[in-house]
Amino acid sequence: MSTTVDNNADIIPEFLAESRENMDQMERDLVVWEKQPGDRETLDRIFRAIHTLKGTCGFLGFAKLEGIAHQAESLLSHIRDGKRRVDPKVVTVLLQVLDTVRRHLGKIERTGEEETQVFGSVLADLHALQEETSQEDAGPTTELDEDLSSATAESSLRVDIGLLDRLMNLVGELVLARNQITQLGLLKEDPALLGASQKLSHITSELQTGIMKTRLQPMGNVWSKFPRLVRDAAIAGEKKIRLEMSGQMTELDKSIIEAVKDPLTHLIRNCIDHGIETPERRLAAGKPEEGVIRLRAFHEGGLVLVEISDDGAGIRPELIREAALRRGLVTAAKVDALTDHDLIQLIFVPGFSTAREVTRLSGRGVGMDVVKTNLERISGTIDVISTLGEGTLFRIKLPLTLAIIPALIVKSGGERFAIPQLSLLELIRLDGASVKQKIEWIDKVPFYRLRGRLLPLVYLNRELNLSSQGELPRNDDEAVHIVVLESHSDPFGLIVDEVRDTEEIVVKPLGRQLKSLSVFAGATIMGDGQVVLILDVMGLAQRVQLREAVEQRPKRAGAEAVPGAAQGGENLLLFQLGDESRWAIELSNVTRLEEFTADEIEQEGAVPVVQYRGQIMPLMPLRQLLLPTVKTSRAQSLDNKLQVIVHSRNGVCYGLWVDRIIDIAREPLVLQRQKSSPGVLGSMVIQRQVTQVIDIDGLVKLDQARNLAGRNNGIAEN
Amino acid sequence: MKKQVCTFTLDDMLFGVDVPVIQEVLRPQTMTRVPLAPSVVRGLINLRGQILTAIDLRERLGLPPTPADISGMNLVVRLPDETVSFLVDDVGEVLDLSEDQFEESPVTLHRSISDVTSGVYKLKDRLLLLLNVTAAATLPAERN
Repeated sequence: MSTTVDNNADIIPEFLAESRENMDQMERDLVVWEKQPGDRETLDRIFRAIHTLKGTCGFLGFAKLEGIAHQAESLLSHIRDGKRRVDPKVVTVLLQVLDTVRRHLGKIERTGEEETQVFGSVLADLHALQEETSQEDAGPTTELDEDLSSATAESSLRVDIGLLDRLMNLVGELVLARNQITQLGLLKEDPALLGASQKLSHITSELQTGIMKTRLQPMGNVWSKFPRLVRDAAIAGEKKIRLEMSGQMTELDKSIIEAVKDPLTHLIRNCIDHGIETPERRLAAGKPEEGVIRLRAFHEGGLVLVEISDDGAGIRPELIREAALRRGLVTAAKVDALTDHDLIQLIFVPGFSTAREVTRLSGRGVGMDVVKTNLERISGTIDVISTLGEGTLFRIKLPLTLAIIPALIVKSGGERFAIPQLSLLELIRLDGASVKQKIEWIDKVPFYRLRGRLLPLVYLNRELNLSSQGELPRNDDEAVHIVVLESHSDPFGLIVDEVRDTEEIVVKPLGRQLKSLSVFAGATIMGDGQVVLILDVMGLAQRVQLREAVEQRPKRAGAEAVPGAAQGGENLLLFQLGDESRWAIELSNVTRLEEFTADEIEQEGAVPVVQYRGQIMPLMPLRQLLLPTVKTSRAQSLDNKLQVIVHSRNGVCYGLWVDRIIDIAREPLVLQRQKSSPGVLGSMVIQRQVTQVIDIDGLVKLDQARNLAGRNNGIAEN
Repeated sequence: MKKQVCTFTLDDMLFGVDVPVIQEVLRPQTMTRVPLAPSVVRGLINLRGQILTAIDLRERLGLPPTPADISGMNLVVRLPDETVSFLVDDVGEVLDLSEDQFEESPVTLHRSISDVTSGVYKLKDRLLLLLNVTAAATLPAERN
């Protein structure tokens, strides 16, 4: 058992942090050293790391760890004295030493005690390597130059991240106070106050920048793991790979650096496993035997770009095409319209990666959708460019920080909104005269021709229910602005009334009560003290897509474009009536999904109706029609929003009023039980739950009969 | 055991909140409304750089909407991991209440009220409902 010195509670965390940093540095150095064994400077650094570890462990009483460090140091001293040459075997063992040290550090962190024994063969391996020198070692080198040790003295210190967060918040508040003072100064017209407020303004901005910078870390902190990763994976895959990195010093917010680590690791693994070919194949293709993976980071337009490229085989678009068709991700018609570049982007579509055989053939696509989602979570984007036979390039765009982001301020329906600059592609202004002509409609869906391609448009005020007349701009002669945004699959245009400036905004999270609103990423406080909501472009696109998914599908079943139809599947929209009853309707019978508020419902005789697209649409309360016995207790949802499935036939719309929309599922429509009750086709098991399928024809008849009865009653009462 | 409670009114009913959880009381504030939000959320308030969700307590309790002649007050309450503002009709005095005046919410109370109150204090001339702030700040949909 090791005994630790008393009162070392404060020292231990520092020891752990310092040792881990040293081990990380040593790992980088070892990989470099293997390539350049003659590099004395690298060897000295490795030596110093091990020596420091040994010394501190001795002081703190971690005898086992000290023993390992001692053995490693002995081996290194053999090499330094020229008694042994550096070879992969040495490096491998030293890397194993690293892993063992890390495991011990982990144990110390958890329990305060080191491991009671050294697992594995590390000690034996170290020993064996020293034996191979056939000369008895005199012992550990203690004559390490003092100036080497003192070279580690740093000009930096550790600060608790919580403290930085608090400072960041305080600065945010300071900025707002500054803004108020500035406005007061302008009102008072007092030169002295004005001067002082300008000074305050200046200092505040600098302080803000400074505090923000304290949270920045160099990209290299994450990259330090990669040389080892590439080395080990290349050896395992019997490939020769060189990793070239540039831009390690590019700085990013700590939280982003941490979040980007896994996606980057995943991409690099992909390059190793699937991108770079075996040496034989490379030689056969006329390429150098050794493949190259390049990692590059740099600033561009307030963002950080990270590129990961390989000079491997590249991705074959036709394989992606086949796979996407087989998986039913796109229709044949759509796939033909895609360029090779767009085709390759399909590897990021969820569902693509689950096809194993595709992965093997195309060489890419393992969990790429996960990479993409993880990056999107931190407001990043990813793009892939691949040239067959020459290699593949992944380009990642990241914001510098999540706390303060550049954003475009727009106005819609009288309210201001902030759109993160990162998702912004371009701005288009249409003057009043050309709005009617430039915005084209296909069955109530607006489009704009952007350089010859159709850009789907979304009216922000309509999407957010800001005003009822969202389909056209308020006045024909008023200009509209199209904000072109990057989204998961295709860009789309957001139509807003006004485009203001780009501003640096401080992102604040929304309260728990609003977390379910995926269309907002947070809120910020503007210079005038007003709160402005920040749009979540991904969330908005998803909201639009759910509607469009329903809208774009062919209205008749059996049309060739339904991906599931060919496989005998049927798209079903699942919804809920009452508190737990599950129902389904064939998607081919669904025209749209809509939400209405209770006060939009009017009565036409005994029939509830809503005004909808210039028509009067009767509402069929499905719960009352199909489950007359179920109480209406909880059904009145708190926010008074009615969920309505719109079904149209012969130009007439019917609104099926349901309690909740659940999901869209694809299942062969095989009814396990036929039902004779009107309006119900039968029941089947969907997503492991008994679900009843409605008979829309029967329902329409049922509703008509009911209304007729209701109307007759009404007449009788009158 | 004495307990200090700050009183407020909603639709002529008397309510109380434990004094220690109250951060401050504010006059009506400029509010940013949140599209698509549940109707209980009236908007967002900027309180010295902190963004608060304003919860319409009348709506939360299923009471009729605030009449136009009541401008309302913001009761800013600090919860374990958030600060919210409850919109109430008016804020009254601070009362010292004792345990023997307390009774659990009667079962006959409407669910929408009993769900967000922890009990009743029997004052000399009227009844006071003690608000359960955590329950009131949690919207029904979040529980599912």
